[in-house]
Amino acid sequence: MSLFDPLIKTARRRSAWLFHANAGSCNGCDIELIACLTPRYDVEQLGIRLEASPRHADVMVVSGPVTRTACEALQTVYAQIPNPKVVVALGSCPASCNVFAGSPTIVGPLDRILPVDVFVPGCPPRPDAIIAGIAEAIAILAGDKPRPEPASPPLVAQSCVAGGQQ
Amino acid sequence: MSILRALFALLVFPGLLYAVPAAFLMVWLQRKINARLQGRIGPPFYQPFFDVTKLFAKEPIQRPRLEGLIMTGLPLVAVLSTLGAIALLPVFPARGGFSGDLVLFVSLVEIGPLCAVMAGFASRSLWGGLGATREAVLSLAYNLPFLTALVALAATTGFSLSGAAVSASLPVRVLALLALVLCLPVKLHLNPFSTASAEQEIYAGSTTEYDGPSLALWELAHALEWVVLAGLVATLAFPFAQTAWPLHVIAFVVISFAVVVVLAIVAASTARLKLAQTARWFWLWGFGVSLSALGLAFVRL
Repeated sequence: MSLFDPLIKTARRRSAWLFHANAGSCNGCDIELIACLTPRYDVEQLGIRLEASPRHADVMVVSGPVTRTACEALQTVYAQIPNPKVVVALGSCPASCNVFAGSPTIVGPLDRILPVDVFVPGCPPRPDAIIAGIAEAIAILAGDKPRPEPASPPLVAQSCVAGGQQ
Repeated sequence: MSILRALFALLVFPGLLYAVPAAFLMVWLQRKINARLQGRIGPPFYQPFFDVTKLFAKEPIQRPRLEGLIMTGLPLVAVLSTLGAIALLPVFPARGGFSGDLVLFVSLVEIGPLCAVMAGFASRSLWGGLGATREAVLSLAYNLPFLTALVALAATTGFSLSGAAVSASLPVRVLALLALVLCLPVKLHLNPFSTASAEQEIYAGSTTEYDGPSLALWELAHALEWVVLAGLVATLAFPFAQTAWPLHVIAFVVISFAVVVVLAIVAASTARLKLAQTARWFWLWGFGVSLSALGLAFVRL
């Protein structure tokens, strides 16, 4: 515990920068995420900003069922985000591969590839649900909530090989 | 006494104690006006402060030693030189020292963009290099009218900005200030001349690879650039020479923030120009305005 800890905690609560990674999404979730930035939802009031570079980000938002080509890129981008960081799985695809489950080109679901902290269900999820999910991610980032327990045995795969999901 | 005055200028006003909160407020004001004009509510006033605090608290990415040193050193130099330039602003009537020295001021103001160019290439990222190239081309474009306007203003006072506003004639002042204000959006990476940082288009330009504390220093350097450039216009637009110092201070702050409001409204209502368009625009219109100011200054009109 240092003197600045309360200040840092508050800063993390009020300034979450997102990096959005599309891992083979149909763009439905992406459009709903962009809707959060528009006047109706305006997440900038909460200090949330969509950043172009993963180096600037705190929260990684992933949409899509994780295709074979996107898998390695996802791992690279995840490693590029400086700690502390959280991962939000946006929509049904990264949670369960949705209608793409069983396809030979799909490596997902996302928690085989990256440690996911928050799942936002829906196909696509409503912007309200996305904001609620990001708020939960921010709580994990600031240390207000514990990170979810990793599954045992660990699901995270080192190689990007298809066919994990049946 | 001169040392005490210089320290006061550097650490209290218009230096550190005023500049950092003012910088955060100016960045917030720009974001807020942008949001309001788009029909959004926009960030709360403490947003830039928490952004920078959060970035300072992030764990830096492990890099090779020299690369890490360069990538922290460059934004640090940018912050310090911009702070030095703020301290040189002739808010109070100068009595000796470097206050208002045109050559030193211009070099300190230019170190920031120079560091940004080097930082983009030093990060060895494609997008960083692209942003750095654009920044370098733009600095060639805007420095021509910017420096010409400053020389026109200071023509009667001999390479000093102290009293330059009062000693130059009205047409020279109006034209030179117009040229200076035209150069501000490109120096602050605002629309319509936001080609260098080009948010989302080339990722984050020269700061693409910067993370945590070094990015926080960039954010701080950029915010301080707001204070120094708006403050430059404020000191030169202030029309009275011998008045009480509180009036100087109030006018400095009020005009600075008024400049920020104008720039923010222009930025929110325009779209980004291409690199070649921006360069041509500055060499044609910006240089035209400042050259006519210089001409008027030399024929003593």
